[in-house]
Amino acid sequence: MTLLDLTASPRSASVTAGPSWDSQPLRYLDEHGAPVEGGLRPSAEILDPATLLRGYRALRFARAFDTEATNLVMQGRLAVYPSCRGQEACEVAAVQALRVEDWLLPTYRDSAALVLRGIPAVDALTLLRGTWHCGYDPKAWRTMPQCTPLATQGPHAVGLGLAAKLAGDPVVALCLFGDGSTSEGDFHEALNSAAVYQAPVVFLVQNNQYAISVPLDKQTHAAALADKAVGYGMPGVRVDGNDLIALGTVLDAAVRRAREGGGPTLVEAVTYRMQAHTNADDAARYRRSDEVDQWRRRDPIERLATYLTALGTLDAAVEGEIEEECAAYTARMREQFAEEPGYHPDEMFEHVYATPTPRLLEQRELVRAELGDATDAPGTGTEQSR
Amino acid sequence: MTATTAELPAANAPAKPATVTLAKAVNTALADAMAADERVVVFGEDVGALGGVFRVTDGLTARFGENRCFDTPLAEASILGTAIGMAVYGYRPVVEMQFDAFAYPALEQVVSHLAKMRNRTRGAVGAPVVVRIPYGGGIGGVEHHSDSSETYFAHTPGLHVLTPATVADAYSMLRQAIDSPDPVIFFEPKRLYWSKAALELPVSTGPIGTAAVRREGRDATLVCYGQSVPVCLAAAEQAAREGVELEVLDLRSLVPLDEEAIVRSVGHTRRAIVVHEAAGFAGFGAELAARIAEKCFYQLEAPVARVTGLDIPYPPPKYEHWYLPDADRVLDAVDRALAA
Repeated sequence: MTLLDLTASPRSASVTAGPSWDSQPLRYLDEHGAPVEGGLRPSAEILDPATLLRGYRALRFARAFDTEATNLVMQGRLAVYPSCRGQEACEVAAVQALRVEDWLLPTYRDSAALVLRGIPAVDALTLLRGTWHCGYDPKAWRTMPQCTPLATQGPHAVGLGLAAKLAGDPVVALCLFGDGSTSEGDFHEALNSAAVYQAPVVFLVQNNQYAISVPLDKQTHAAALADKAVGYGMPGVRVDGNDLIALGTVLDAAVRRAREGGGPTLVEAVTYRMQAHTNADDAARYRRSDEVDQWRRRDPIERLATYLTALGTLDAAVEGEIEEECAAYTARMREQFAEEPGYHPDEMFEHVYATPTPRLLEQRELVRAELGDATDAPGTGTEQSR
Repeated sequence: MTATTAELPAANAPAKPATVTLAKAVNTALADAMAADERVVVFGEDVGALGGVFRVTDGLTARFGENRCFDTPLAEASILGTAIGMAVYGYRPVVEMQFDAFAYPALEQVVSHLAKMRNRTRGAVGAPVVVRIPYGGGIGGVEHHSDSSETYFAHTPGLHVLTPATVADAYSMLRQAIDSPDPVIFFEPKRLYWSKAALELPVSTGPIGTAAVRREGRDATLVCYGQSVPVCLAAAEQAAREGVELEVLDLRSLVPLDEEAIVRSVGHTRRAIVVHEAAGFAGFGAELAARIAEKCFYQLEAPVARVTGLDIPYPPPKYEHWYLPDADRVLDAVDRALAA
């Protein structure tokens, strides 16, 4: 089974055969937004102007959301926020590759993917606001809780994929990782198991070059993270993570392959984390600003905008509409996060087990009694979150 | 089946309950659960064609097929994580960790995900996974085959931690564990795998979280679980010959803990000796001793005693008889408690 339709592409031989040995990422648009000669050949469906415009809107939306979340943390409305600025094409492509019945397994850096999936911003940012751990119903959204212990979501993706396969459901699990995750044992175990089970899973590594402060060359000695796929017996593809068209092409193929029983794929998206790890980090201690400037010129949004403008699909009027949509969304976010969140200490005891143990009931009474002694206990007395 | 032709009952007589090993009781519970609910799947290392290194999953693949009972790659974290994903999807996975010490690679999946799934999602998603772990020493196992690791799990909120000591409990408690909406760490006392008793099915030995009095007595309570239960019963038998009546309380469930049963028994006997194989320092017995002191302080005639494994890495087979709490060590503690 061929992974990608690359007929007439000089790369077709290496990629359609399975694992990619080529460390040059697959690309459709160059850094200036012009189609690369001899690059990927996306399907007519992906190149359809309406589809591309939908992708562009999503990119702009992701950037607006990310910017607003960054503002909210500075205003003290969020406890912490790991930004995905510069990686929006990966967020958009991952979500757009999936159907509603497919599963998405996000990390803490993928809040934008959550809202792109349709999860309300307040629920998506619950973890980072600190009002609970996961603020949405994973089953309702087919989206697992954002994972913080690196790579541990990998085996969950295998389980979801294997479950779908055993049930005979045409459902795919798409698992997001960062480059740091590829050093973890669970990454290896997940990819190996997925391949053995031929589970319908797509592993998307957003190689943003840094794990907090540690650059990729201290994370791996491999020429490319995608090369790791060879050892698992699955295709590995290295794609430009700032090129939405290339990403969409690769992920569509990988998801289709998984859905049709072809097994898992490892996709490495080469991108860059434009912001520090979180607001609590100081990136100036470990990387140079000229490196950041270099990547700023490869911005995924501007690249697609240039291409769409040249096509005549995007003009000032459409830009204006998108701008308005984004402004309305972020204004609503500001309003929602300005409201004091409701939370009650009883909830700490309610979900540890389906039925609280006698011991937890004792401790709940202890906390209630303590609150009975206190006046104006913060965070108590509202029912909003119940 | 061990019955010979001569022992077979007449066709119209009520069937005599079969005498089975504890391992067979676990096997039967797995098979019955799989027959009752097609969401139940069993997987782990060597559980398929081999039937597990202790033969606990014997025949399950042949009977239910490779989609219901299957071998996994040798990767405990992945086994656990796969089970979590399958449980979220709607399955009821029962996974085997081959030996106590080989479950440690899966600890992060257990602590960070399995135990927390219901809580972190505000009750939206549970993780009904059963993790079977053969545990404990006394089988002549070489390094890493004899650990008592229950405290690591009992210390983690969100898990139920069960350990049967009888054939009937092995069956009944495993069926309950598989039916539970919450994750259960099911510790199987591997030294007792070949102990035998009559097993009449169906059997239900009481809900999760209840202890059982295995022997009644008035002079002191031996609080124990797993393979320490037969040790305590042997100690009580010896003590009885000297006119000392020991009560033996088999906890069955470490989490939730049946504090009522402990308080009832110790309130009556006024002396408590806590017995387990795991190292004593910061062990589960410390929790038991503290709870007894908190709840029974004014009834106690003697300090709560602990008889446990030594605070050393589990020793080599030639040394383990010095390590394992035996009836004599229990009786020495009883003597001290009675002299107090």
